Amino acid sequence: MARPPLRPSPGRPEPAQGLLRRLDGIARAALPPVTTAILLVLAAAPLGLPALVPAVVLPAVFFWSVFRPVSMTPPAVFALGLLQDLLTYAPIGIGILTLLVVHGLAFRWRRGLAAWSFLAVWLVFCAFAAGAAGLGWLLYAVLSLQLPPPMPALHLALLSAGLYPTLAFLMTRAHQAMQRAELDS
Amino acid sequence: MIRLSIPLRQALARLTLPLMVAAAFGTLLLGKADTMLAERARTALADALAPVYSALAEPLRAIEETVAEARNLVNIRSENARLREENEHLRRWHAAALALEAENTLLRRQTNFVPDAAPSFNTARVVADGGGTYARAVLLATNPAQPVRKGQVALDERGLVGRVTEVGARSARVLLATDMNSRVPITLEGSRVRAMMVGTNGARPRIAHWPEGVMPQEGERVVTSAEASAFPAGLPVGVVRFSASGTPEVELFAQLDRLDMVRLFDFGLRGILPPESVARPEPRPGRR
Repeated sequence: MARPPLRPSPGRPEPAQGLLRRLDGIARAALPPVTTAILLVLAAAPLGLPALVPAVVLPAVFFWSVFRPVSMTPPAVFALGLLQDLLTYAPIGIGILTLLVVHGLAFRWRRGLAAWSFLAVWLVFCAFAAGAAGLGWLLYAVLSLQLPPPMPALHLALLSAGLYPTLAFLMTRAHQAMQRAELDS
Repeated sequence: MIRLSIPLRQALARLTLPLMVAAAFGTLLLGKADTMLAERARTALADALAPVYSALAEPLRAIEETVAEARNLVNIRSENARLREENEHLRRWHAAALALEAENTLLRRQTNFVPDAAPSFNTARVVADGGGTYARAVLLATNPAQPVRKGQVALDERGLVGRVTEVGARSARVLLATDMNSRVPITLEGSRVRAMMVGTNGARPRIAHWPEGVMPQEGERVVTSAEASAFPAGLPVGVVRFSASGTPEVELFAQLDRLDMVRLFDFGLRGILPPESVARPEPRPGRR
């Protein structure tokens, strides 16, 4: 960046150097998965709505996979899925697999999606939510060798599609703030 | 951090997703094969999260209380209207009760009605079920200072329980109305028909010996009758229910399966007393 090395522009703090800058970078990279995990834990027990957990984690994984794939890596998605499965008392592995599929597809199509308007992305996410709920239902059916009731999957799809705008608004704010910070440093 | 060449890093990045998917399948199978593993993992996670949740519990409770309070405030209007209406209704009943009471006193004065003496009773704790000669009987712990007499009527807070059959120094046995040996003269309150209630050792005693031409009605209230002067008239017993096979039975008001205290009433009736099986002399009337 072309900037006089001795006199930074007034009113703007000097970017951190060395270790601090590294810490800053690590914190920024860890923010999406960590906030998602915190959201997951908060949604799990005190509110008494275990159905909320997968509906909260799905928009977060989708959003960060599209807009900040550097932070939402497959291991992070795996860890979030494991946390979700442990918190929701579902058979372990179903949440991991669905989230990984969502992450993979969103990651593949991120260049197209990132350029679209919010409404279009939301519509795509609705399709993703339906697909994820269907996949979860199918995996459960295969794993337990019987047809589970379809209503919970439908609720999950509707709930996550409905939660997406609120969560996306907050996450967009965080994303923009992080972008500004990256441009500054 | 280990420095890797860019192509190698790209290859690794491309490889993580398939690797993670494979790991997910592995977890799926592992969780299916060993359900205890998942349980243990869940317990460990719950242990780790317990402090977080307990720290969160307080503000959450405050929020919940605020929400409940707000909802109460919203509902208070309709609640108020409902209460006003109910109050009006109750006032009408109150007026009706006062009128009936006045009429009652008036009629009593005209008929020279002698009211029943208020029966004396004492309360005893049920200490054991069953035992003794009978299948359905309870043992009471009684106070030696308050002598219990054979033939006293036991009621719980809802209705008839049975009759005292055996009396010891500190205990008494009550034959429950459900026992096979129990026969209680009853009146069906609706039709004033006399009948017998016959215990079956089951939960609901049968109704027997009702006069021809009258059938007990489902839901009719059953009270004792003073026939054979074993019971006073009008103690609440239960309601008539028909069994699946069509026999009329009595659903007792008293909760015989969870008796803890019974009241033993002395109505001074010595009609039919149970046979002597415990050597204890009847207390002399003079000492009572």
